Amino acid sequence: MALNRKIAYIDLSTGKIEIKPIPLDMRRKFLGGRGLDAYLLYNHAPKGCDPLGPENPVIVSGGILTATLASATARTHVMAKSPLGGMLGSCNMGGFFAPEMAWAGFHHLVIKGKAEKPVYLWIKNGKIEIRDARNLWGKTTTETQWTVREELGDEDIKSLVIGPAGENKVRFANVMTGIKNSGGRTGMGAVMGSKNLKAIAARGTMDIKISYPKEALEYNKRFIDQITSAKVNQTQGTLGTPFIWGATNSWGGVRCRNFQYNQQLYCDEIEPEAIDEACAETMGPYHMAGCFGCQVHCRAKYKIPTGPYKGVYDEGPEYTSQGAFCGEPDCTSLETLLTGNHLVDQWGMDNLETGSIISWAMELYELGILTSKETDGLDLRFGNDEALLEMTRRIAFREGWLGNVLAEGGIIASEKIGKNSFDYLIQVKGVSNLHSDERATPALALNIATASRGSDHLRSRPAIDLYHLPQEVMRKIYSNPVPYDGPLSSEHTEYIGKPWQVFWHENCYMAVDCLGICKYHTTFLGATLPNFEDWSKVIYLNTGLEFTPREIWDIAERCNMMERLFNLREGLQREDLKKGDMLNHRYFDEPTRRGAPDVVGRVIDREKFKKMVDELYEYKGLDKNGVPKPETLKRLGVEKEPSRLL
Amino acid sequence: MEPMGKVLAISPEKCTGCRLCELVCSVFHDGVSNAARSRIKIMKWESEGLYIPMSCQQCQDAPCMIVCPVKAISRDEKLSRVMVNHDICIGCRSCVTVCPFGAMGFNVIDRKNFKCDLCDGDPQCVRFCEIKAVDYLDADRVSIAKKKAAAEKITAAQRQAIALESESH
Repeated sequence: MALNRKIAYIDLSTGKIEIKPIPLDMRRKFLGGRGLDAYLLYNHAPKGCDPLGPENPVIVSGGILTATLASATARTHVMAKSPLGGMLGSCNMGGFFAPEMAWAGFHHLVIKGKAEKPVYLWIKNGKIEIRDARNLWGKTTTETQWTVREELGDEDIKSLVIGPAGENKVRFANVMTGIKNSGGRTGMGAVMGSKNLKAIAARGTMDIKISYPKEALEYNKRFIDQITSAKVNQTQGTLGTPFIWGATNSWGGVRCRNFQYNQQLYCDEIEPEAIDEACAETMGPYHMAGCFGCQVHCRAKYKIPTGPYKGVYDEGPEYTSQGAFCGEPDCTSLETLLTGNHLVDQWGMDNLETGSIISWAMELYELGILTSKETDGLDLRFGNDEALLEMTRRIAFREGWLGNVLAEGGIIASEKIGKNSFDYLIQVKGVSNLHSDERATPALALNIATASRGSDHLRSRPAIDLYHLPQEVMRKIYSNPVPYDGPLSSEHTEYIGKPWQVFWHENCYMAVDCLGICKYHTTFLGATLPNFEDWSKVIYLNTGLEFTPREIWDIAERCNMMERLFNLREGLQREDLKKGDMLNHRYFDEPTRRGAPDVVGRVIDREKFKKMVDELYEYKGLDKNGVPKPETLKRLGVEKEPSRLL
Repeated sequence: MEPMGKVLAISPEKCTGCRLCELVCSVFHDGVSNAARSRIKIMKWESEGLYIPMSCQQCQDAPCMIVCPVKAISRDEKLSRVMVNHDICIGCRSCVTVCPFGAMGFNVIDRKNFKCDLCDGDPQCVRFCEIKAVDYLDADRVSIAKKKAAAEKITAAQRQAIALESESH
């Protein structure tokens, strides 16, 4: 059964591997996935450790429901201290790796130390082996995966790999599986690279017993019908995530030219329908792919139609690639988008961070803070497609002065570039903002400012806040499973009631990440999608564990607190621009220039923002400085952490 | 008498590669999640984005049935399927070797062969496949969709010809 999946501790320095069961009381406190990872990180990472040093553990996991009947249990989670901002590092990806690892008998891996030479892990049916990876070093993400399969003689092997960017310790190198599934944020690929760990290969044929198979099948069917009947998921299933970019750009919620504009103009070529057409032309009318068990199938398949990479197959481009290779650098070519998306996939680099940091450098170049001396002659102005792709390559391979500097991530790069370059860097906790512009949406601004892994939408974004939902609908969502009778506003430009929404979504998304399912299957983009009450049933039918919806909420709150404790230990201070719950000054000082009438001319009100943070802290049981009150730690049962139980 | 039973109709081009069919197949038959137990398997060419669902074709002159030395395999005409009687089966795996589609599996945990039984008339792979890359149709309807698609091209040509003709007048 799911509950007998094990945890393995692997020391790459000594080669020692230890396998342990996961005690039931730990499941009851942290469930699994990201939640248990947060416990493990807090307990295994020494305070102030070097993120690229051997003592920083990299933790890989599936959720408690991975490979069971819970709609889409595809997600793999990776956690470590981040080399980008020195705070919590955490990434989450779809694909097929976590289910394979679960069938091979494991839910969590804690990998420490550093191998002398490049190695990879080979996990098969309860056993783990450390193998020589010298022949894999230097290979792209897909070459690595296919070579591992060939070497081990099994086409069904699923691998989690790094590309050249991870080997080169680019601080925003990602971890990848398949063609496209990327654990993009916070540089987990660099952490693997620092350990000389090129890949983790898994293959499993061990049964995962389903507690109530008939009922679980029936419930899953209902679950899937609920999920696929949501209009938003139907659109995802035909246009993929680009549809979100298109919709957001139409009203002015997208970053353009770093942070100078909030909408990209003249970009017909990269609108979702145009991308879809390119996919259909190269791959046929059915060109969508799905992660394990998912009926939303939001990932498009395409071949690059023109240019030097003409005919090359890849998947995506998703929402973040559009921001990275179009919106932020203000490039409007489909070829650039599809090519850029392919290059970062192959080299193993976070597309979001790549596009964001290059756009920052472009603004610095146009301001004269960077000159052609630093760019080695590259004309790094906005809208220069060639320069964008060339700089992407230089970062991945750390070539040229600027390529090498940008590969260090925004915070270190701003220190090396100097002058007032940091003022233009759009980041939180060292992690670049998603390419969305939150100046007209205070709830979303609060979300990115306070997200545990740095500026990020997948931690607590109340995306449905943009839908202007009727009050009764909002009330129904936000007063379960814990009562809430405070104010709620359907207006996205409001500040009132938003902290509760952010708090609610923070717990909702944490629960999702503990279960190992995708956020498209919960109250993220669709207001009618499942959450706590459904999970209580689905956990029971699959694992036999009984939780009330409220208990799942409490677990999520506890897990979020573990992440908070980690960040505090690593130096989080509320208003610190590099390590705090704070936004770049431009959010408060520069009004938006484009967009719909209720979007143009907006800034985030500094005082109201502070009040929102105060209120969110109150819900989270933190004091005014963002530090948990003793009674909160006690209530959540984490007052004795680190407890070193696992 | 009912006409011959329905068949599993697979449209590979529609498959998104999610493998939910493999999961529900193993849960329905064995009460466990284990893709290795699934009667249906998605074969993938990942670097080209090609996914092909493979399952038993329930052959009329089934090689597995012919090769079986103890006559453990027979056709169930009511559901138009090929069935294994495990009380008779000796586990020699001749059927696994001979199947041209690789649709006969051998389970190393239970030491038994296994194959698609159409879930007794309600194939779970079909039920859960929203995009209907796997469908359950009357045998004589399988080719209809292709006929229609091909015919559509002819009608398009005809319409064009008529339009051209009327323009020239």
